[in-house]
Amino acid sequence: MRTAYLDTLYELAQKDKRVFALLADNGIIVYDKYQKSFPNQYLNLGISEANMVAVAAGMANQGKIPFAYTIGVFLAFRALEFIRNDVCLQNQNVKLIGTGAGMIYSELGPTHHATEDLGGLRALPNLQIITPASPMEVRKAAFAAYEHVGPVYLRLGTNREPEIYMEDYDFQIGKAVTVREGNDLTIVGMGTVLPDILEVADQIKEDGIGIRVINMHTIKPLDQEVLIKAVEETGKIITVEDHNIIGGLGSAVSEVIAEYGKAVRFKRLGLREFSHGYGTYEEVKNQNGIGQACLKEAIQIVMK
Amino acid sequence: MESIQENAKEIRKSIYRIAHHAGGGHMGAAFSAADIISVLYFDDVLHYDPQNPEWEDRDYFILSKGHASYALYAALAKAGFFPEEELLSVGQPGSRFGGHPKIHEIPGVEASTGALGHGLSFGIGISYANKIDGKANHTYVVLGDGECQEGSVWEGALSAPTLELDNLTAIIDHNKLQGMDNVENIVHLKPFGDKWRSFGWNVLEIDGHNYHEIKKALLTRMDTKPTLIIANTIKGKGVSFMEGVPIWHYRMPNQQELPVLMTELGLTEKDLA
Repeated sequence: MRTAYLDTLYELAQKDKRVFALLADNGIIVYDKYQKSFPNQYLNLGISEANMVAVAAGMANQGKIPFAYTIGVFLAFRALEFIRNDVCLQNQNVKLIGTGAGMIYSELGPTHHATEDLGGLRALPNLQIITPASPMEVRKAAFAAYEHVGPVYLRLGTNREPEIYMEDYDFQIGKAVTVREGNDLTIVGMGTVLPDILEVADQIKEDGIGIRVINMHTIKPLDQEVLIKAVEETGKIITVEDHNIIGGLGSAVSEVIAEYGKAVRFKRLGLREFSHGYGTYEEVKNQNGIGQACLKEAIQIVMK
Repeated sequence: MESIQENAKEIRKSIYRIAHHAGGGHMGAAFSAADIISVLYFDDVLHYDPQNPEWEDRDYFILSKGHASYALYAALAKAGFFPEEELLSVGQPGSRFGGHPKIHEIPGVEASTGALGHGLSFGIGISYANKIDGKANHTYVVLGDGECQEGSVWEGALSAPTLELDNLTAIIDHNKLQGMDNVENIVHLKPFGDKWRSFGWNVLEIDGHNYHEIKKALLTRMDTKPTLIIANTIKGKGVSFMEGVPIWHYRMPNQQELPVLMTELGLTEKDLA
């Protein structure tokens, strides 16, 4: 995802001189090509996330389109009040790019895991939040973020994600993508857990259970229509996210279901504590209750 | 044309009128910054056009210590950005004026401030964007001394000299008081000027109530360096019983105090009606 993002940023910077890369000293090597080509559209402000976000807001105020980039958990929490007051309250055209969604920096531990960032950011007015699931989607999301005039938070993974889309498709902020059809159960996911969901859904399809998989790439504004359709047509919903079950996708989906007022079998899969354990991303997901085995278990419970 | 002395006097009157009608406000801070803000707006320092608040060649003034908003509102009204009478609605339903300034809603306000430690970096963003675009606009940011206890101020303090922002001037309204006590009793800022100097700022220390010194400092530029003015001020300046007394951070005068305040500021009953 990071390469897809940098390639897209490169194109945007080429096309529009207002596009400006701001860094808080994260992105060695990956920014090399960009920096060489656009030295006047690049600034590393040092390890100062709050400063970076406020500087971005000031630059946006002058007509620049800053893409402020660092590890998501540092961006979302260290700079939270700056995102709130300088970017969102003033509705400045700043793009906040958080890398390392969820626990994807698996070996680095909880200080580097963005597992509550959406809980903090989802309540902020004016902010749109996109969590792309694949390199192709990153590209589309970065373009959409550029075209949207106003604050956007883009929640990126790292460089290990497979492509989940077989072919080109129409990406729109706030419009979920149904990536598998099925009428027995709906799984709503986002970001880096989408490949797991698809793998499990494909396996279970062989058992004769039709699983609908919705990629909720935009968590704010949320696509309510697709959820209501899922309530009506499948009656069973599971959400999966590499994030705490409070404040993220599961919370957002449950709000829609509760207000719609029709009872469904519903389960949220996500973290309940700070992340624990080390290992590969797969291993850490399993240790923290959001791996493929946990999803299969959840499906069994909901299908009972 | 009114002298700067007369303008500053009018600003102080206006600050109290606003507070009087609003029933409260951070008067001490507004009085302490009143002379700095008066010189900025009424002594040929800041370039602005009240008929065209978004004028591209304007200078930018950011009140990072947003709680001194009444001084800013008073100056903007006097400068002609909106009618002064509108300020009597501050803090009331339907008013666009509240305890802290808001960008986009109030003509002439360049940043929504109130939470401390934001304005310097926001101002750096403006200065930096202007600099790389080769624009001549200057950016002024007023901070409080208590505000300098916020860590983010020092992130900005490191950034501005690194970026060689000679189109940026930060002014610290150094009134030595914060919400609860003397600043120095709570956190040591001394040696204050040396701290900024060692960070790479062009530091000037002045009497923040001396119009000549304020103007001279505000117009000082040093190639490749941002300028930092430590303006030694008195919190509550202009009202004897408020001067240097912490409780006046946020308080209204009682019936005994009001006549004294009115005499000292030159306010009449009619002004407060």
